[in-house]
Amino acid sequence: MAAVATGTGGLAALAARFRTCPVTGLRVDAAAETLIKANAVAAVVFLAIGGFLGLLVALTRWQAVHLLGPDTFYLVLTAHGVNALLLWVIFFEVAVLYFASAVVLNSRLAAPQAAWAGFVLMVVGSLAVNWAILRGDSSVMFTSYVPMQASPLFYLGLILFAVGALVACCVFFGTLVIAKDEKTYEGSVPLVTFGAIAAAIIAVFTIASGAIILIPTFLWSLGYIRHIDSLMYKLVWWGMGHSSQQINVAAHVAVWYLIAGVVLGAKPISEKVGRIAFLFYLLFLPIAAAHHMLVEPGLSAEWKVFNTSYAMYLAVLGSMIHGMAVPGAIEAAQRARGYTNGVFEWLRKAPWDNPAFSGMFLSLVLFGFLGGISGVVLGAEQLNIMMHNTLYVPGHFHGTVVAGTTLAFMAVTYLVLPLIFRREIVFPTLAKWQPWLFGIGVAGTSLFMLGAGTLGVSRRHWDITFSDAVLGFDYPPTAFLMLALNGIFAILAAIGGALYVIVTVATVLFGKRVGPEGPTTPVTAAPAAAKAVGQYGSAGTLHLPGTYVLITVFLVAFVLYYFVNWRYLSELWPMS
Amino acid sequence: MAVRPPESRVWWNEPVPRAELVWVTVAFLWGVVMFVMMIVWHLQGRQNLSTEVYRVDPEVFRSRVEAFVERYKVGEEGTTGIPVARVPPGGDAYMLGRLWEWWPVLELEKGKTYRLHLSSLDWQHGFSLQPVNMNIQIHPGIEHVITITPTEAGVFSVVCNEFCGVGHHQMIGRIRVVEPGKGG
Repeated sequence: MAAVATGTGGLAALAARFRTCPVTGLRVDAAAETLIKANAVAAVVFLAIGGFLGLLVALTRWQAVHLLGPDTFYLVLTAHGVNALLLWVIFFEVAVLYFASAVVLNSRLAAPQAAWAGFVLMVVGSLAVNWAILRGDSSVMFTSYVPMQASPLFYLGLILFAVGALVACCVFFGTLVIAKDEKTYEGSVPLVTFGAIAAAIIAVFTIASGAIILIPTFLWSLGYIRHIDSLMYKLVWWGMGHSSQQINVAAHVAVWYLIAGVVLGAKPISEKVGRIAFLFYLLFLPIAAAHHMLVEPGLSAEWKVFNTSYAMYLAVLGSMIHGMAVPGAIEAAQRARGYTNGVFEWLRKAPWDNPAFSGMFLSLVLFGFLGGISGVVLGAEQLNIMMHNTLYVPGHFHGTVVAGTTLAFMAVTYLVLPLIFRREIVFPTLAKWQPWLFGIGVAGTSLFMLGAGTLGVSRRHWDITFSDAVLGFDYPPTAFLMLALNGIFAILAAIGGALYVIVTVATVLFGKRVGPEGPTTPVTAAPAAAKAVGQYGSAGTLHLPGTYVLITVFLVAFVLYYFVNWRYLSELWPMS
Repeated sequence: MAVRPPESRVWWNEPVPRAELVWVTVAFLWGVVMFVMMIVWHLQGRQNLSTEVYRVDPEVFRSRVEAFVERYKVGEEGTTGIPVARVPPGGDAYMLGRLWEWWPVLELEKGKTYRLHLSSLDWQHGFSLQPVNMNIQIHPGIEHVITITPTEAGVFSVVCNEFCGVGHHQMIGRIRVVEPGKGG
């Protein structure tokens, strides 16, 4: 498979850096492996912190519990956003980038020292921003909208973290060059790597936007700059804030393909279409800063319509393509295995016991139905009037970033543990339940926040009973029910998240070492029955009735929900 | 599989399966429908955000709101001391956001159209009119003029839904909508 570079001097020394994975047959560079481990461990630490803080937030918004006081609540909410939305996902994405370049391409990692320097910068930045928040003078929320000001350390921590992430992207690109140069693979890069490239390019755009706005804001917090325009800040900040979520989308879609490929040997239905869909992400996702500025004064309607729709929904088209291609690839692989009865035998007899697969499939379904549909509705220019800054917004992004990205990353961890950490998973039964607990918990929080948002409940709000306000207002009782249900499902999600941390940490520390013959718990599903997978890409062999049913249900739900919201909008007070 | 290079080196020439082509087409057309929907609403819909916006010095805006209150004040909201301004139908209404209040309380008539001037004196705030559920972002230094027509009578609240510091959850304002000719 892999053509080893020939004619280079240090070949023997290079070869010593590699081992061959018994499951996938991939050559694994020792330096890449250690860096993947370091970044994954850091990621899990920040997930544990961020997740715990998230539980405290949900228990405070559950008005009957109302756990924290106002100061602590706003502090904890800021820290929850930074740790869960930024630190956890970006650390994990760096691990994914190193995996998708060095490991998937059979290559050595470029400049491991630089990669370590980047890692140290990211860790130092993470600690600085957390310290700034926890000492109490930077409760400005993740978005830190000016003219509200955090301490300089808050901005400095974010800048250091971003520089570290940029270094990691450069190491990734360098590794691609080395792999191409040393001919460690034949032909084009695999689809997973292609997706990771899309993620890394969006990451560079994201970090550039972050630098453009955070460096002046840092100087402003030190007193060297007098004024930061609040509208400009928001526009550029969301060039970072929203685009960084698009890194997540590109990365977790790559992870879907990865898991389907490793566990089931699933092949993309069409390499061409899959890659074009990633290209749509690259070209159209970065303009989505508009999603946060639809009810902002001072921007033209034309600008809003074009940008919020990613130029006629072309990035949404990308996701809808993946939304069919991934289950389609799984169905094709399962049918080739012999599960050909009826419409859904392939799905019923999928490896649901394997947490990598169940987590990945839940991520796919929840991302589409909850995060995807709500995101498009939220991002329709006029519909946003009914949703801006209500709980609908966190409802949406808990569907994308938590049920989508976080769950996909958790799922792929169950491959990383035996294959990269080379440890047998301890507590396999807990691991089996983990994606379900977390997935159902997060689906609940997403759904009930969407519901509360539809009723107008404000996000980032300590007390919607307004008990100590001069004037009062009563939200409908249903809103309080929604927040209570959100709290209950947040507990469920927190249990699922805690199980993930426990299983991961225990496996890394105490798991039995995987022998040379590979892990004992099966990573991949049983090999295909007699007939091999047909040549993909040829129209004749594809028969995917189950996938058609799934995507038809999705589209019908999408269309109905979309127009229901326009109906709601038409009942609002006329305004122009 | 997706972690291996494409089986066929010239993968870009392979035909796309018909099933996938159909889905891509349907998804693309749905995107076009959603795109057109926003434009149609600008032409036909009655809920579009105004783009009438001015740069304004917060102090200047404050003095304008104070002059407006001076002129149209008809009383105070309960025992709170917050002035209530009754705006002549079709006229200009002013409301400012500051840490942590919406000021003043407005009295409007149902079915009449008003030009509502909104701005902030300090940080960003969120004008969330409840239970109508209309949400507009308010910036300092920017005056946003929105033409609005209340369609129902009653007491409406303006919740601040942009985080603005530790008193954020106490920031709440009020708009009273009365039947035509039944003010006060």
